[in-house]
Amino acid sequence: MSVTTPTQTRGLSDWRVRHAASLSEWRHSVRVFARDRLAVIAVVWIAFMVVLAVGAPVIAPYPSQGQGQPDVSIRLQAPSAHHLFGTDELGRDVLSRVVYGSRIALVMPFVTMIGVLLIGIPLGGIAGYFGGLVDEAVMRVTDVFLAFPSLILTMALVAFLGASLRNVGIAIVVTWWPWYTRLVRGMAVSLRQRPFVKVARTMGVADLRIILRHILPHAFGPVIVQMTVDVGTVILAVAAMSFLGLGAKPPTPDWGLMISTGQSYILQQWWIGTFPGLAIFLLVLAFNLVGDGLRDVLDPRMRR
Amino acid sequence: MSSAIPPAPGAPAPRAPAAGAAPAGAAPAGAPVGAGDLLRIAGLKVEFRSMRGVVKALDGVNLSVAPREILGLVGESGCGKSVTGFAVLGLLPRPIARYTDGEIVFRGEDLLGKSEHEMRALRGKVISMVFQDPLASLNPVFTVGEQISRVVRLHRGVSGGPAREMTREALAATGLPPTDEILQSYPHQLSGGMRQRACMAMAISCGSELLIADEPTTALDVTIQAQILKLLLRLREERGVAQVLITHNVGVAAQTCDRVAVMYAGTVVEQGPTARVMKHPYHPYTIALYECLPQGKRAAELHTIPGSVPDLIDPPPGCRYHPRCPRAMDVCTTVKPAPTPVAEGHWVSCHDVARRLAAPVHEVAP
Repeated sequence: MSVTTPTQTRGLSDWRVRHAASLSEWRHSVRVFARDRLAVIAVVWIAFMVVLAVGAPVIAPYPSQGQGQPDVSIRLQAPSAHHLFGTDELGRDVLSRVVYGSRIALVMPFVTMIGVLLIGIPLGGIAGYFGGLVDEAVMRVTDVFLAFPSLILTMALVAFLGASLRNVGIAIVVTWWPWYTRLVRGMAVSLRQRPFVKVARTMGVADLRIILRHILPHAFGPVIVQMTVDVGTVILAVAAMSFLGLGAKPPTPDWGLMISTGQSYILQQWWIGTFPGLAIFLLVLAFNLVGDGLRDVLDPRMRR
Repeated sequence: MSSAIPPAPGAPAPRAPAAGAAPAGAAPAGAPVGAGDLLRIAGLKVEFRSMRGVVKALDGVNLSVAPREILGLVGESGCGKSVTGFAVLGLLPRPIARYTDGEIVFRGEDLLGKSEHEMRALRGKVISMVFQDPLASLNPVFTVGEQISRVVRLHRGVSGGPAREMTREALAATGLPPTDEILQSYPHQLSGGMRQRACMAMAISCGSELLIADEPTTALDVTIQAQILKLLLRLREERGVAQVLITHNVGVAAQTCDRVAVMYAGTVVEQGPTARVMKHPYHPYTIALYECLPQGKRAAELHTIPGSVPDLIDPPPGCRYHPRCPRAMDVCTTVKPAPTPVAEGHWVSCHDVARRLAAPVHEVAP
């Protein structure tokens, strides 16, 4: 504090004054969220996983094994002080592999969600705001996609594109965007009737700008909630694809893949498949809990 | 008995003195419009397609607004007041609404011939509009200052300091103190009157010449109503903003407007200087409308107009008011009455009035 120059202080307090309203709004949201203990724990858990993912080379006890280096002299060892989660069929430290696996588990949903939002939100906004033929066309396309069970469609697409993590990502984007188009379209249909949208039009604001400024910000809340729930689903879908041999290739530390190999050892060497399974379970659960917490924050009826 | 003696039969129509008035044949017969008007709507017809059929929402609307003038557009709900307002801005929902006839001329330019792009440049800059519910009219997620300054940035091509200055100036012009506290308030943090002022600030921030105020006081309580009406007058005095005040409240129109146009089922039935129309209404509908104003002290004395507003999908032929009109004649059921001048700048579309005008003076009683 003592080192900040007067101008810096003034700049900051000036910023505080100018954004007083949004700051207090933010503080209030944080308070509402903090009331939900489980959601807070979930956030801490996700943060912990992020730290693991980022610091994997430092945190993992056996970084090279985590990335797939085998050591057949220590195959199938039960959990011990040296190998907390035991070792797998090629003698790799399961803990290290779980730590490295968090990278894929977190990056995949992140990347696919960006793709899904980039396609789904603009299409939904345009369809809902303009209505008529545009709406009809876009919504019938989404109907076609939504008519397939999403996991089956993802599988079919990966089978068609070739098995790899990248293709799993592409397939997930293709399968998931219609949900967001639907969601945003529904919001846009009701929002375009709101008087402030009418006012914007009487003020000479162009349609695309109205969608950007007046429609999409209001769709923000439901999209965020849907996203946190879907992140869990995507983690599961990625794991499922790898489990089925459609995603990550063997040396890759992928949780789904680890469960797949651990499956054949489940009765004797239960630790190979159980720990990655637990990791998936806890991460998906955490995202769902955060989603619930956020829904409470973003739903005005839950206020006060 | 009749203090307002209509012109003798065959006398030239008393038009507003207009420089180089067009010869009688050029304008649509008897259209109550003058040259030099800021806004002129002539014979405007608008239809809406709906599931049940074609709604003939506007059926030959004739209106004019002079520079610095406040025109009251009065009528019941659903008579086409707001549709007229939106038609001027070219904001009727496009594939559903169709302009079938007529013209809207603003500053000598035909607005119906303009492209969407050209219209967009006019909206909010030259012609703007304010609405009934100021809370709903403002976006709840942005501060008031942000919303006003965005309009300024859009139409005036300025940003930063100058934009902030213009925002404050617009706010001050509507009687709100242009303080940071107001500028950084969200709409829900302001009172109803302040919100409506903020809406008006947005509407006039870019120097609009015409403000269409669509029931701007309906959602406000009576004391605030009076303040907002005063503000309309002040905007005219200080900034020369001409206005179309859409209202169902003839009392509001009487307080504020230079002239009133009374609408019924998509047509303007009577138009003239407010004081004259109030004192000497000619059209049976206008007369009935004024009789509905509570005058006595007991509720039993409240008048209503018998019958109900016609279904505009299948409107009555001829004069649209004839099914409810005590003076309806045979001709009313077949021929749409043309606007007839009854006095200086005062026009009435009624067969009965036209007939009595043609009769000897002593028979005429408005």
